[in-house]
Order: sequence, then structure tokens, then C-alpha cells
Amino acid sequence: MPLRDPGLYDYLPYDATRPKITWPNGARVAFWVAPNVEFYELEPAKNPTRGAWPKPHPDVVGYSYRDYGNRAGFWRMLESFDRCGMRGSVSLNVAMCEHHPEIIEACAQRGWEFYSHGTYNTRYMLNMTEAQEREVIQDSIDTIKKHTGQRLDGWLSPALTYTERTLDLVADMGLTYVCDLFHDDQPSPVKTKTGTIASIPYSLEMNDTIAYNVNLVSPRAYGEIIKRQFDRLYEEGAESGTVMCIPLHPYLVGWPHRIRAFEEALRYITGHDKVWLATGREIAQHFIKHHLADFKRASLKVGEAP
Amino acid sequence: MTGMPPEYLQYPMRRYGMDHDRYDWSMLPRRKPVTWPGNARVALWVIPALEWFPIDMKGKPFKPPGAMQTAYPDLRHYTLRDYGNRVGIWRIMKALDRLGIRASAAANAAVVARYPALIKACVDRRWEIIANGVDMDHLHYTGLPIEEERKQIETTLSVLQRVSGQKIRGWLSPAKSQSHATLDLIAAAGLDYCCDWVNDDMPYAMRAQTGALTAMPHPIDIDDYTILLQNHHSEDEFTEQLCDQFDVLYDEAATQGGRIMAISLHPWITGQPYRIGALEKALTHMVQRKGVWSATGAEILDAWKAQQ
Repeated sequence: MPLRDPGLYDYLPYDATRPKITWPNGARVAFWVAPNVEFYELEPAKNPTRGAWPKPHPDVVGYSYRDYGNRAGFWRMLESFDRCGMRGSVSLNVAMCEHHPEIIEACAQRGWEFYSHGTYNTRYMLNMTEAQEREVIQDSIDTIKKHTGQRLDGWLSPALTYTERTLDLVADMGLTYVCDLFHDDQPSPVKTKTGTIASIPYSLEMNDTIAYNVNLVSPRAYGEIIKRQFDRLYEEGAESGTVMCIPLHPYLVGWPHRIRAFEEALRYITGHDKVWLATGREIAQHFIKHHLADFKRASLKVGEAP
Repeated sequence: MTGMPPEYLQYPMRRYGMDHDRYDWSMLPRRKPVTWPGNARVALWVIPALEWFPIDMKGKPFKPPGAMQTAYPDLRHYTLRDYGNRVGIWRIMKALDRLGIRASAAANAAVVARYPALIKACVDRRWEIIANGVDMDHLHYTGLPIEEERKQIETTLSVLQRVSGQKIRGWLSPAKSQSHATLDLIAAAGLDYCCDWVNDDMPYAMRAQTGALTAMPHPIDIDDYTILLQNHHSEDEFTEQLCDQFDVLYDEAATQGGRIMAISLHPWITGQPYRIGALEKALTHMVQRKGVWSATGAEILDAWKAQQ
């Protein structure tokens, strides 16, 4: 039987009763940027629930549209990060370590974090057995360790695909935070079978794919909504620390007609005083250490839906 | 739950570089910088599409952008698309003439055969003609018998060459749709470059069974169809995005070598009276800058190739 509620978190109102979050150095907003560094396969093995490409194979436009990110867009985006003194937290299809190690090196040299976005963006968790899901997660742990020396802490499911047990397994295998849940502007506890991990706000609203290609926002308007999002979270952060994330895709934001408006917004945010320029892992570690227990205690049991 | 077959967790193409052999992995900023004629920073390449959408479209295996939408006979969409060949392109031509820009027209063979006067006007202006297939209802796709696909390419090239008198060097598949055989077939037909892949800002080498082919940048995210029709942005935003694209490429060229500003246009969209000004404004912004080389695709290709 499918679940009616995934049962991953309790209720906690966004009001004065919520435990106060304090960020390092009195920052109001913990700000992080999550470039999705992805590899889409031209001819992936088929998953019966979801096809990889909308068009008959070879889907030249679908494939090459995304390949642009690695060949051109990533590098332009990287320069913008450098100019603004911002580090990325890479949402990584780990097969990128084999396909395009130059990109991995460029990120590693700059002290960026790598967390897992599955193996390929064309291989979905859908229909997997527990053992298969564990194999995919272990592949991520091992590949990131081997190529970057980093311990894997964070998870964002490939192409946002899941089974009912995916987050349980992620927690069981030692990861500490997930980016898959969109229910809050602050970190929050996630209940899994083997204990509590943290949900770190990612954002679909700020995600360039959603902005450009779903909400059809123009490049300059994207810069504007980023600034407005930040302004409000900065204001609210005076009372209790908030999180702002910008998830990016180099194949979109890295286009010449988009990069400058984005960089201007990034410079606007990084130019503020009370903003903590963080990585996903740093935010998760701070929250788990200082606030997770209080958040768990304050959370309210969810009632039964009629 | 039996789970996925074991192959789903096996990755035979997980290796350095690409997961296929059509082209090599290459990073834009790490390539040898290119110098354009006259030390230009940006090659300005304007590519209007001359498309014919038959009113009895089958839409196989999918409907291309701009296809018929209402019940047959869909006079409304048929005639609005044809407006591009009858009025829109002439308005664009006038704008380009005034700005001293020569274009590469990507033409369906059907347009060339039906409206030779239009092709003559292109040729008189020393525009290049790019092959854009038979018409917008003859897509190239896996499942189309290879002999039929080969014939579509031959028909396209013979009509274009006969009417234009040009040796056709560039190929754009209708709706950028390819079969697994398309690259091999167009290379075998003697074409030099292909505009279907949208993964780069510069040309790059592709492999075909029967020879070499160059991919030329022909972006979709800054074309009139995407910005105006799909994204519903305003005409002013169309101008802004073209100018923003150009400005970044122009600045990049100072340190990374020559860049290409490729603008794909659909005369049935941009050739409307209320839209043409948005294009003129953007192009004026570009040609006013020093170091902008207006060129055809074949001219850009030759300049690039000579430096590889």
C-alpha cells in the first residue's frame, strides 16, 4: 500500500515557539549554492517507470543541451563563483569523476564540497531492491572518497527519484543530511528507521531549472527573484537563522545570456555582512551539533488525516 | 518487488570522456584560442530558418515546433507559418541589408522549390544556403528506413544546389531530430558541418563513418521560438537577452580568443511588424562594436578549420 504521508517529519510552526537558530559569527542567513554537476547518458539502460529521454533515441537536443554544461557552462559559472568568493556544494552524479575528472579537480582545488546526486542523472532509484539501492549509495561513498578524499555526508536523489526506503538507507549508510525535502526554510530533523538526520533547505523555487524552464523566468528576472528571496530571509534571520540555497545547473545558468544577471545577484548576497557563506555539510554539521535536539523536542506530533 | 535487472547497475560506458564516440570531450576555456579575420572578437552568424509546414502533417515521430495544431485543414497555423516565407523573411532581409549583415538561410527543400524567387534574393545577397531537410514533416529519426533517410538528404541537397547554384556545406535537421545514421549520411553526402547539437559555443570535430564533420553552434535557448513563444518573454526581453549573450561573448573573446554569436530566427515569429524592431535593436548594438565580423557559417567554419 502506498503511504499517504511519507512520515519523514513532525510539525513545527514557523513562529516564535520554534527554537532559535544561531549561525556562526551572528550571521542571519546561512547561504549555500549547489551546482548540479551531472552526466546524462545518450543510451542509458531503461527503467520501466521513467524513460530517460522524451524524444526517440538518439535525443540529440536533450542530450547535447545538458552536455553544454560540462563543455562550456560550468567554466563560466566557476569564474562567477571565484569573482564573488563563493564556494559550491556540488550535487554530483558520481560517474562524472570518471567522465570529466577535470571538473572534479577544479572544484576540489577550491575546497568545494561534493555530495551525492546518484551515479548518473539517467539512472533512477525507481523499482530498485534494497540491495540495489545500497549498491548505488555505496558507489557514491566510494567514488567520492576515491576521487576527492572527501567523506560523503549529503544526498539528493538522482533526478529526484525514490523508493519509500531511499532516505532510510541514506541515513543507515552514514550520511547526515538530505536535500530532497522542500517543507521548510530552516534545517529540520528527518525521521528514518535508523535515527534522525537533517534536512537542509535546498529550493525548487530558486532552482535555475524550475525558474528558467518551468516558470519561464527571464535571466534578469531570475537575478531579481534571487535578491528578493535573500532580502526576506535576511530580514527574518535577525530573529532566528535562516538558510538560503541556490541550486544551479551549469547547462542553464552557464549560458552567456544568463550568467551576468546571476553573478550580479550572487555578488549582492555575498556583499552582505551577516551572511554565512557556507557549504551544505557545514550547515548540517552546525545544525546537528547545536539545534537538532531542540528541534526534535519542540516538534509536534502530526494528527491523523480523516 | 523483483527490482531492476542487473544491467541497470552496470555502466559499460563509464570511462574517461564521453559515453559515445561521436566526438571527444573538450573544455571550452582550455582550447587553443581562435583568431577571426581582421582580428575580430566575435563572428556574428545570423541563421533565419525557411520552413514549410505542409497542412496535412503527420508529425512522425513527433510534432516539430511550429506544427499544425487544430483539426485538418488547419488554415490558421499553415498560413501563419507560410507568412514567414512570404512577408517575414523579406522584412528581416531589409533589416539585415541595412546593417550590412549577410546571413545563412537554413532552408527546407520545399521552400526552395516552391519559392525560387526567395532563394534568388538570398543568393543575390551572397547569403549562404544551409540544408534544412525536405520540409517540416520529414524528420530524421531512428525507425525511418535508412534508404528513405538517405533519399531525403539527396533530395534536399539536389533541390538546394539546383536552385541556389551553391555547393551546400551546412546541415540542420528539421527540429534538430537525428537518427543514429544521420551524421554518417550527411557526411557521406559531402556536407561539412552540422547545426543540430547544442552543446558548445564554438565549432568542434565530430566523427562519422564516412569522414569528418564539424559541429557548429546553433543555440536554441536564445532563439526567437524559445524566448518569445515558449518562454513568453516580451520583445524587449528578447533584445536584452541577445545583447547580454553578445556582451559576455565579446568580453570573453578578449582573453579566450574569437567567439561566435549565432542567432537562429524563425521569420514567422521575428518577421512580425511588432517584433522586427527588437531584432534590429539587438543587431545594431552588436554591429556598432569594434571587432565584429559578420559572416556565414561556411566562412566561420573555414576560418576555424584553418587554425586547428
